[in-house]
Amino acid sequence: MAPETLAVVGRSVPRLDAREKVTGAARYVTDLALPEMVHARLWRSPVPHARLHGVGVERAAAAPGVLAVCTAADLPVRRLCYGPAYKDQPILADGVVRYAGEPVVAVVADTPAHAEAALPLLDVRFEELQAVTTAEAALAPDAPLIHGALDPAGHFRDLSGLRPIAGTNVCHHWHAERGDLAAAFAEADLVVDDAYHYPALSHHALEPHCVIARVEADGSFTVWTGTQHPFPVRRELAEIFDVPLARVQVIVPLIGGAFGGKCYTKIEPIAAALAARVRRPVRLALSLEESARTITRHAVTVRLKTAIRRDGTLLARECDVVLDTGAYADIGPRVATKAGYRAPGPYRIPHLRIDARCVYTHNVPAGAYRGYGVPQVTWASESQLDGIAERLGLDPLALRLRNLLKRGEEYVAGDTPMDGDLAEGLGAVARAVGWGVPDAPGRGQGLACAMKDGGGTHTVSMAVVRVHADGSVSLFAGTVEVGQGARTVLAQIAAETLGVPFETVVAVAPDTALTPYDHGTSASRSTTVMGLAVQAAARDAREQLLRLAADLLGTDPAALDLRGGRVVHGDRALSVAEVVRGHFGLVGGEVTGVGTFVPGAWSGSLGGATVFWETGMGAAEVEVDPDTGAVRIHKYVSAADVGTAINPRECAGQDEGAALQGLGPALFEARASEAGQLLNPGLIDYRLPTFLDLPDRFDTLLIENADGPGPFGSKGVGESGTFCAAPAIGNAIARATGVRLREVPMTPERVWRALQDARPKASAS
Amino acid sequence: MSDVAVAVTVNGERHELTVPPWETLLECLRDRLGLLGTKKSCDVQVCGACTVLLDEEPVSACTLLAFEARGRRLRTIEGLAEGDDLHPVQEAFVEHGALQCGFCTPGMIMATVALLQENPTPTPDEVKHYMRGNICRCTGYKSILEAILAASRRLAPGAETGRGA
Ligand code: FES
Ligand code: FES
Repeated sequence: MAPETLAVVGRSVPRLDAREKVTGAARYVTDLALPEMVHARLWRSPVPHARLHGVGVERAAAAPGVLAVCTAADLPVRRLCYGPAYKDQPILADGVVRYAGEPVVAVVADTPAHAEAALPLLDVRFEELQAVTTAEAALAPDAPLIHGALDPAGHFRDLSGLRPIAGTNVCHHWHAERGDLAAAFAEADLVVDDAYHYPALSHHALEPHCVIARVEADGSFTVWTGTQHPFPVRRELAEIFDVPLARVQVIVPLIGGAFGGKCYTKIEPIAAALAARVRRPVRLALSLEESARTITRHAVTVRLKTAIRRDGTLLARECDVVLDTGAYADIGPRVATKAGYRAPGPYRIPHLRIDARCVYTHNVPAGAYRGYGVPQVTWASESQLDGIAERLGLDPLALRLRNLLKRGEEYVAGDTPMDGDLAEGLGAVARAVGWGVPDAPGRGQGLACAMKDGGGTHTVSMAVVRVHADGSVSLFAGTVEVGQGARTVLAQIAAETLGVPFETVVAVAPDTALTPYDHGTSASRSTTVMGLAVQAAARDAREQLLRLAADLLGTDPAALDLRGGRVVHGDRALSVAEVVRGHFGLVGGEVTGVGTFVPGAWSGSLGGATVFWETGMGAAEVEVDPDTGAVRIHKYVSAADVGTAINPRECAGQDEGAALQGLGPALFEARASEAGQLLNPGLIDYRLPTFLDLPDRFDTLLIENADGPGPFGSKGVGESGTFCAAPAIGNAIARATGVRLREVPMTPERVWRALQDARPKASAS
Repeated sequence: MSDVAVAVTVNGERHELTVPPWETLLECLRDRLGLLGTKKSCDVQVCGACTVLLDEEPVSACTLLAFEARGRRLRTIEGLAEGDDLHPVQEAFVEHGALQCGFCTPGMIMATVALLQENPTPTPDEVKHYMRGNICRCTGYKSILEAILAASRRLAPGAETGRGA
């Protein structure tokens, strides 16, 4: 369909949830209450590694309002451990504690205050053991083993072949190789070999994790949770309690941000097990600090050895990526694979060797975080590339343009060829930042470019569209509204495809008992993958409506058009309501369309070709205060290739939010730990970007070539803005000062020290 | 310690309450009065999600005790719209897409109302400075800044559509 004929796709209609959100009427899990509801609080391990010797519960159990005090042994479950990659994480610590902050005992009481008051009355006896708190220490030959035998979860096709490296703390090692490295390195004019570090980060979505669980009289479970993955959570709960999938209902209202921190199963099993134990609805609401002790972003060390010809042609790259996945793997093995897969960057590199290792430590488990490993490896590869440009005396933009994959070019044999125009995007951000001519002397400019396989690996989405007797439409899609605007965008796709006014479509909240299956809300997949399912469902309903209308009008469906909520036949027209009611004879009834997206029979080195390439580019202009090392960002420009923007303002909002989120780790954000103790769990010590961090000029460019596989040529957006902030800023700092940092955040202290170290010795005194 | 009697006006309505001396204003608003629009996030007066107006001054309800509101007037997000008519600040947030997950939004809007009462025509830098205590993890602030400036134009004396904060 040509854009000018589109009614609602391509328009920045206000979000469906805007009014409820600005009036305070929006309800998140944390705002829900059930009759008879009671409250849980967790006693968490104060030490990172310990053997449990028993818990004295008597005093806590006798405290006012307390209904139950549970250790792992008291939970009415068939299976204690869960996890999307390995079933390695116990609902409550079982005999051994593996990180500081791990839940050990749960108290259920009539009020949150009573539950809290009982925690200090617990007598937990444990013996502290030696802790391994960095990936480096965990890789040492004599490091203590953090896990014994591991039980692969087997939930996801790409993780079904997981094998830990026996006798080590490596829970996954991904390796890929092509070409002839030795020859390429021998032929090179320049070989650069250095290492970069990216620390662990806290997601700090504003809404902390919260779950309410209820066990029904027939033994079914109902769980209200702020999860990005209601269907995988359902499956995990079904296995934990050994009940059929149909006996677990997971309901997701609005979510107050997630950024990957609410992917897969988190605290749902604790709440559900406690509800089964006390036979009352149980609410488990974490504090923000507890959320920071639930999941983190992987700290990553990347070693890159790159061979280049004098003219800037990339010949070969060796990438060694090490991820600290903490005490439980969570989705770490997949993050490791994907970080490794994208570590070389969006370039044509004939000779390649990549190793990515996911390593257990006694830290908080690390999992998904917006960008899924890409920001960490991009920090390394795009920083090194600028260093190479400097060494060869080449312009960093020209160096990139020489090596960037072109549209249609294969990154890896068997995977989807590059489906966007990387050079166009990079050129756009360069122009926007005024590449080569900073606005004032003393400033530096930097660029970066990256890509990620978007849409998820082997993921299925299904949708149902119900056209009611009054012409209104209910859209059933399991996509979760985490703030990205997906339900609005899916309603736009449904309205456009059906040919009905946008206002008539209502998007129903995900509920595993009502909405058909969806893999989950992550990997920038919903607009494309769920969007295709919604489009198919809407087409199905549209075709049925046209057939019914043709019957009523005594004509052929091909002679009819449905738009604006009316079926048109020459100068006659029937409203959708008239068609439905006409067919059912005024008694009601409805037309139901069903749509499915199943990944194709693709092959590729990830076990399936990417749905689309999500590309991101960033350009920065900065100034560094030589006396303090403080970095001021004057301009930051980000570009996102969205194919077609179904809702341009929400697309831009995704990219702006992602880019600003990326400025934090570039300049000041990081988790600080000492001997396995998180020193900055809350917002007083962990600084997040505020209004004052908004650069003077901060722009997002949407690239729209209608070349995406999604509805109307769309592609996913949302993560790409996070890829480039740190390296673009690091590159800008290097061009402003001549000093290159290899570790983020580039705090004033780090920058100042680097400046001091770089001063010529003679003037250093 | 015995409970404290608190008479407080919330969104124009007078309430006589008896609260424990340690109950926070946030707990009181959410759990006692059912005003769930005010959000709880950091609990330590950093994020601004719990911002409400106490005698028209913005305060963090998470670190204020309920009895400290004794004899004073409170405004929460629920007290902003008049029936179906959104407050101009709310309208501007909707029009400029200044919200995503919406968890920061009630606090952000209350702080904006206070800002514009204090300074009806702020510069962008004044907005950034005033709003630095309200964290948004989703939007990247740009759309919020634009919404605030738009609301300021609409509310400025002489503007046609403004009805005053
Ligand atoms: S919850 Fe009160 S300021 Fe964050
Ligand atoms: S919209 Fe999510 S925190 Fe602001």
